[in-house]
Amino acid sequence: MLIKCPLCGPRDRREFYYYGSDDYLNRPGEAAPPSAWDDYLHNRDNPAGMTRDLWYHEMGCTSWLVVTRDTVTHDIHAVEPVAERGTTA
Amino acid sequence: MRYSGLKVITEGLFGNKGWKPAWRDPAPKAEYDAIIIGGGGHGLSTAFYLAKNHGMTNIAVLEKSHLGSGSIGRNTTIVRANYFLPGNSEFYSHSLKLWEGMEAELNYNVMHSQRGLINLFHSDGQRDAFVRRGNSMINQGDDAILLDREGVREQLPYLDFEQTRFPIYGGLYHPRGGSARHDAVAWGYARGADSRGVDLIQNCEVTGIDIENGRVTGVQTTRGAIRAKKVGIIVAGRSSQVAAMAGLRLPIESHILQAFVSEGLKPVINHVVSFGMGHFYISQSDKGGLVFGGDLDFYASYAARGNLPMVEHVMEAGMTLMPMIGRAKVLRSWGGIMDMTPDGSPIIDKTSVDGLFIDCGWNYGGFKAVPASGWCMAHLMATGQTHEVAAKYRLDRFANGHLLDEEGSGSQHNLH
Repeated sequence: MLIKCPLCGPRDRREFYYYGSDDYLNRPGEAAPPSAWDDYLHNRDNPAGMTRDLWYHEMGCTSWLVVTRDTVTHDIHAVEPVAERGTTA
Repeated sequence: MRYSGLKVITEGLFGNKGWKPAWRDPAPKAEYDAIIIGGGGHGLSTAFYLAKNHGMTNIAVLEKSHLGSGSIGRNTTIVRANYFLPGNSEFYSHSLKLWEGMEAELNYNVMHSQRGLINLFHSDGQRDAFVRRGNSMINQGDDAILLDREGVREQLPYLDFEQTRFPIYGGLYHPRGGSARHDAVAWGYARGADSRGVDLIQNCEVTGIDIENGRVTGVQTTRGAIRAKKVGIIVAGRSSQVAAMAGLRLPIESHILQAFVSEGLKPVINHVVSFGMGHFYISQSDKGGLVFGGDLDFYASYAARGNLPMVEHVMEAGMTLMPMIGRAKVLRSWGGIMDMTPDGSPIIDKTSVDGLFIDCGWNYGGFKAVPASGWCMAHLMATGQTHEVAAKYRLDRFANGHLLDEEGSGSQHNLH
């Protein structure tokens, strides 16, 4: 599996560390109730199909990336740096 | 029909004309007392124990494909009770006892073989952890023997003891651990449930769960609507999708676990062996194939096939541990879909919908749990009370912090 890092180009899956769903980007605020933390840490949509998840280019440029990916076919549709989130959305 | 040696001989003498199908193929009725979604190992054992332990026989198991077509039909068949944490320890201990009586209980040969499981350790720290785990197993009433290096060499002379990267310090030996014929477990429970009146309905996919005023009233399926006041979701691999039909969002992320089988060889590996440092485990099937596997591919997937990095990793770990397998050819490999929970432990509980129960989140340890999972899920569905050995497998433990993190690796789904 190749992941096309926006900075480094197409690189082997071995260079990346998978963290989990992009739910991790929505960290609850300090005043959030415990249920918000439960959702943030544990509960997942877990789709059989398109998903957005976080990968870290550990052996490359060390960027955190949001990868839009199909969990059934392993096709990768988009790779965006987390740092640019908000500007491309 | 009762199976016996005599039956095999008499059937053999008369052309094998007297055998009957092991279960019926009924059409779904309009209503049942309870419905189980999922005709895999856990669903079938739940149906069996609902009928046998609780006298509930007006029930149906709905399976979207054929019985045993999910992970019960493709796994590495390890049976063990070597858990450490209270909550897990008593559950798997109960499960192993059920395994030991399973063939007599089901009148079915599941080829359960208690050939012994050896978990190797490779450092002083790992030895300490295994001593502690072994004590926990003994306290639970199960068996554990700490082997030093020479003790391991006596049983597993073919390991590479001289390797420098992960020298073998010893192993924790669990003599009652072993393996079983996975399909036969599904078939045995299916036959046992069917003979007690349970309808096993295949090619019947659930497409919706009917809920009125917070109570479950039945399910929609590809073979029509079926009413029931109790519904159990037991569909590991698709738990999130089926639970979503009832508006539930589960603490599960699905991952791929690969496994491999070699060509058939003469008997060479007598135990189940796990190599903790290399994430590798292996046993030899009765047919002769080496059955082995390693870790997850580590990214969320429903593809039922893995990627090359983990294939490489598993082969390297195998070669590091036992170089003799290098000349065996890999016959096939596959990837199974695992319900990974944030603490690595399963869920057997009620849901927020009255009458709707769920049994899911088996990570990659579901096979050995098949009998106790069914036993406890049946108890829950019949009585409304959690069974004492599954008392900690609650759905709300993630919200209230009572996690069962056996490996202590934190609340990230793929780290267990």
